[in-house]
Amino acid sequence: MATLQQQAKGKKDGEIRYLTPLNIETNKTKKYCMFKRSGIKYVDYKDPDFLLKFVNEQGKILPRRLTGTSLKYQRKVAVAVKRARHLALMPYVADLLK
Amino acid sequence: MHPLWQKAKVLNINFNRFFMNHYETVFILNPVLSEDQIKETVKKYEDLLVSKGAKMISKENWGLKKLAYPIQNKKSGFYHLFEFTVDGEVVHELETEFKRDERFMRYLTVSLDKHAIAWAEKRRNRNKKSA
Repeated sequence: MATLQQQAKGKKDGEIRYLTPLNIETNKTKKYCMFKRSGIKYVDYKDPDFLLKFVNEQGKILPRRLTGTSLKYQRKVAVAVKRARHLALMPYVADLLK
Repeated sequence: MHPLWQKAKVLNINFNRFFMNHYETVFILNPVLSEDQIKETVKKYEDLLVSKGAKMISKENWGLKKLAYPIQNKKSGFYHLFEFTVDGEVVHELETEFKRDERFMRYLTVSLDKHAIAWAEKRRNRNKKSA
């Protein structure tokens, strides 16, 4: 009845204690902006295969928080994807794009 | 016509080098057209541009491509690309012509900045090499 004694000593009663520390996997590699890293200055709307990296399965533009793109290039990616959609190089709505 | 442009004409100053911008146009032609009709259409618009004082830099024919979604109930179209420098007003005229022409399913004209021009050049060289 160690726990009861501990509680009596003033430990919070709701506290959960684990025998082994939980192993929560966190992604240790930092995200980076691939445009800055590889020195791409212009996002081409004529290349749908490349733009596919910045779009999810439904053809929606992925947020910066997932792709790691810097703000400057995220804006350009967004414009490029929209242009590609207009020219039917990419779909407006899709499913199972990848 | 822009008043500044008119003034320039009166004064006989060549303002072209200030107003000439770099543009790129991609358009999709109706897939029901025959080869000759397509050639004729492309030629027509090229001549139109040249007659308005444009300098053609490159032309590309991407051929019959599948569309990502149907346009006018068609699932494919002939893609063409023009790259040229002109005065901005001509782009307006060109786009109205595109709009009136029913052979055009879609068109997009974008002006190119310096990075885009560099990229376009690189692309052209790469295409030339692969061809």
